[in-house]
Amino acid sequence: MTLVWALIRRDLVLAMRQGGGAGMALGFFLVVVVMLPLGLGPDQAMLTRIAPGALWVALLLSVLLSTDRIFQADYEDGALEVMLLGPVPAELIVVAKTAAHWLTTGLPLALAAPLLGIFLNLPADAFAPVVATTLIGSPALSFLGAVGAAITVGVRRGGLLLSILVLPLYVPVLIFGVSAAGAAITGPVSFGTPALILAALSLASIVLCPLAAAAALRVHFR
Amino acid sequence: MFQYANPTQFTALATTVQPWLVAATAVLFGVGLYMAFFTAPPDYQQGETVRIMFIHVPAAWMALFVYTVMALASAVALIWKHPLADVAAKTAAPIGACFTFLALVTGSLWGKPMWGAWWVWDARLTSMLVLLLLYLGYMALWQTVEEPVRAGRVAAILALVGFVNVPIIKFSVEWWNSLHQPASVFRMDGPTIHPSILTPLLVMALAYTVLFLVLHLAAMRSEILRRRVRAILLARTGA
Repeated sequence: MTLVWALIRRDLVLAMRQGGGAGMALGFFLVVVVMLPLGLGPDQAMLTRIAPGALWVALLLSVLLSTDRIFQADYEDGALEVMLLGPVPAELIVVAKTAAHWLTTGLPLALAAPLLGIFLNLPADAFAPVVATTLIGSPALSFLGAVGAAITVGVRRGGLLLSILVLPLYVPVLIFGVSAAGAAITGPVSFGTPALILAALSLASIVLCPLAAAAALRVHFR
Repeated sequence: MFQYANPTQFTALATTVQPWLVAATAVLFGVGLYMAFFTAPPDYQQGETVRIMFIHVPAAWMALFVYTVMALASAVALIWKHPLADVAAKTAAPIGACFTFLALVTGSLWGKPMWGAWWVWDARLTSMLVLLLLYLGYMALWQTVEEPVRAGRVAAILALVGFVNVPIIKFSVEWWNSLHQPASVFRMDGPTIHPSILTPLLVMALAYTVLFLVLHLAAMRSEILRRRVRAILLARTGA
């Protein structure tokens, strides 16, 4: 267990020293959220209606674009192979690296979401549902992305392929996340039901995705 | 199962069986289409438009069936490392994608007169579209990873991860408010369709299944030959 913590700490330290993790993802999140009203028009009422969905899509794309960072650097310099030969099972390595990725990317994006919602005329009483759903749902995004990252690690043009592979798996997370985030705005659907299903998706992905991702990593190092 | 792991044995079996399967496909399609367009009665509400069902529904069933075949083949490939399992999975994908596309297009053509819309974002249509994306992503993965054995393994993992979508599609009309017709054939209480319409539907479904077998076996033979060519080329340039 201390080894798993050591792995998480290692990834956190690397992310903070190398930079580019949270910063670039936040930058991309900002750019997408700025693009949307420029493209769709500034009508405040319309923006309020689409704000939860737009924030979730922008968050999803930002997380997606950063998931290839989970394994790529360690794959390229051989550290991943050394880790897989070590005492920690591959599944726990995946959990550690993905958890570190979520802490450095998913978590800051989830917390920044309501602030960026101001650009989309998100009402103040919707801030809490938005941040709650993004916090609950972003682990699912990170862990599903980790499966794609493990499948496409070391593949040329892997980033684009990763997006194609992972986006269909993101669809349920997106649907329930927006449904819960919009509870304060669009009325009838309560917050509780979709939020609980979103939590179930996150928990299931934390447990099941490392199995698939570890199997994929083992294929690459056969 | 491992009796036909030898590609030569498999190819011999496939070549022997193929003409019979092609004949069976032709007969079944002939009978099924005749029944669909001439014998089956028009619907009391939808009139003659209901006949799209005989193309649309079997195509949708096949889309799910082929993905299940793909997932089973992937599981066999990962667990028993059967040599032809990943060939089976790889070649099933384009056929399944075509069936899914056919189901979506015929459904859209049916939806325009019936629902007034070419497309609605309800649970059944959305999850079928996701199935198409899963097929396309699977095919893209095979194209991108160069080494066939490695490609087969990661593709198998992807196919198994995506299999969670198949029960979602099946139960989507029960779990969500859907514009799409709820299950009328594969239900716990049995089919709710009258035999005069159910029989052509099942004949067409059988025809589609045999068609899939024909296409799948032909594609597997091609893939085996393609791998032989690759091995020969590598041996020539390598050693």
